[in-house]
Amino acid sequence: MLLLGDDMEKKKYEEIVAKHKPTETRGQNAFIAFVTGGIVGVIGQLLTEAYSSWFDISSKDAATFMLVTLIFLASLFTALGFFDKWVTFCKCGLIIPITGFAHSMTSAGIEYRKEGPIFGLGSNIFKLAGSVILYGVVSAWFFGLLRLLIMGG
Amino acid sequence: MTFEYHNVFIEETSTVAGPYEAKGPLKKYFDKTFDNLYHGEKSWEMAEAKVLEESIDFVLKKAKKSKEDIDVIISGDLMNQITSSCYSSEKFNFPFLGIYSACATSVEGIILGSTLIDSGKVSNVIASTSSHNMSSEKQFRNPTEYGAPKPKTATFTATGGASILLTNENTGIKVESSTIGRILDYNQTDPLHMGSVMAPAAADTIYRHLHDMNRNPEYYDLILTGDLGLYGKEILIDFMKTEYGLDISNNYNDCGVMLYDLETQKEVLAGGSGPVCSALVNYSLVMEMLRKKKMKKVLLVATGALFSPTMVYQHENILSIAHAVSLEVIQ
Repeated sequence: MLLLGDDMEKKKYEEIVAKHKPTETRGQNAFIAFVTGGIVGVIGQLLTEAYSSWFDISSKDAATFMLVTLIFLASLFTALGFFDKWVTFCKCGLIIPITGFAHSMTSAGIEYRKEGPIFGLGSNIFKLAGSVILYGVVSAWFFGLLRLLIMGG
Repeated sequence: MTFEYHNVFIEETSTVAGPYEAKGPLKKYFDKTFDNLYHGEKSWEMAEAKVLEESIDFVLKKAKKSKEDIDVIISGDLMNQITSSCYSSEKFNFPFLGIYSACATSVEGIILGSTLIDSGKVSNVIASTSSHNMSSEKQFRNPTEYGAPKPKTATFTATGGASILLTNENTGIKVESSTIGRILDYNQTDPLHMGSVMAPAAADTIYRHLHDMNRNPEYYDLILTGDLGLYGKEILIDFMKTEYGLDISNNYNDCGVMLYDLETQKEVLAGGSGPVCSALVNYSLVMEMLRKKKMKKVLLVATGALFSPTMVYQHENILSIAHAVSLEVIQ
């Protein structure tokens, strides 16, 4: 007790912390993410089918239209103020699809607009999405290289 | 470091609380609550400053004092450069001391103010503090509209402003003694489990206070920590028993757990946090109990996680501190 802060005491403290740590409902979280992420996938597929039949375009072009639609909706719902509650509930079900990327940019944009177009919006809009873009580009380059070396392009 | 005071008293306190706090069990004790987190301002930061300014106005009004009666204001908050404190105090023209010890700021203010009064150099001191859920989220975590999932151990920064007016005239409620905390490092790194970061600091300060004053935990009607939350509270009770051999379970509670109704307000997770969390509970409910003499001796232990996002990204531990002040009703 007098040797406050020594290593033994810190180790014992870790045990006390671990004892009182609540268990997270991981199984339930994964299930919700699986179902909601699946629903987003189904919506995306339906949109792709619909666009290609309505506008008579290739399914590749229709997929681009679908992505733009999902990005627009996620951004609009973020701006309307309820999408963060959906994300908190669905977790990775909405974070992993493109909706998560749109949500991270729009929320940062809303947050920093008070600091003006340059020092606020411009410098902060990629605050969360910046990592996704950087490592997305890096991994695209890396896998592109692998494909070239293994499959010859 | 423990001091005893001889002529420091609490004249008045004031609390202005936000919408989430107004939904909690302490609503009737607050001087004012508001519904919109912007509170008529353009940004979260200015909203926080306005709330704090209102709490200073309230404490002056309730004590029937004018601006000229105040010798010094001691104020602190969570924002970088303690902006809320500076912008809220500007209009009053008080001599100003700015302080920071995260969520332990309220008691640090009381300790400094009481020491100034006890020295005989000043007569009336205001100590005030604030926090705002949205301005804190923006500064310490993610943009406020970003719906990042959080674990059950995370706490919820309280929104509000709170002020206390200390004086050298006998008002019946005495600031009896105080203990200045030490900065501790218990290898904690999780910014979403602040209760585990702060519990050792609370334990250290409570132990040293009781030891220096030669008291048992039972001496106090109530020992209150600032914002350990549901799990931090359990950790503290366990840690005090195993490490210090002190049982505080009978007369101990945590302001973070008291500020909200944890059953119905699920969004606050493990409870409230932020400098104003302990101040909102202490300056409303606890002061009311002291005034009505339902409690006579209370030990307020404000707990602060000295959390810097930069240091956490650099894989450094989160440090913690706790300051204690003992309040007594005198005949």
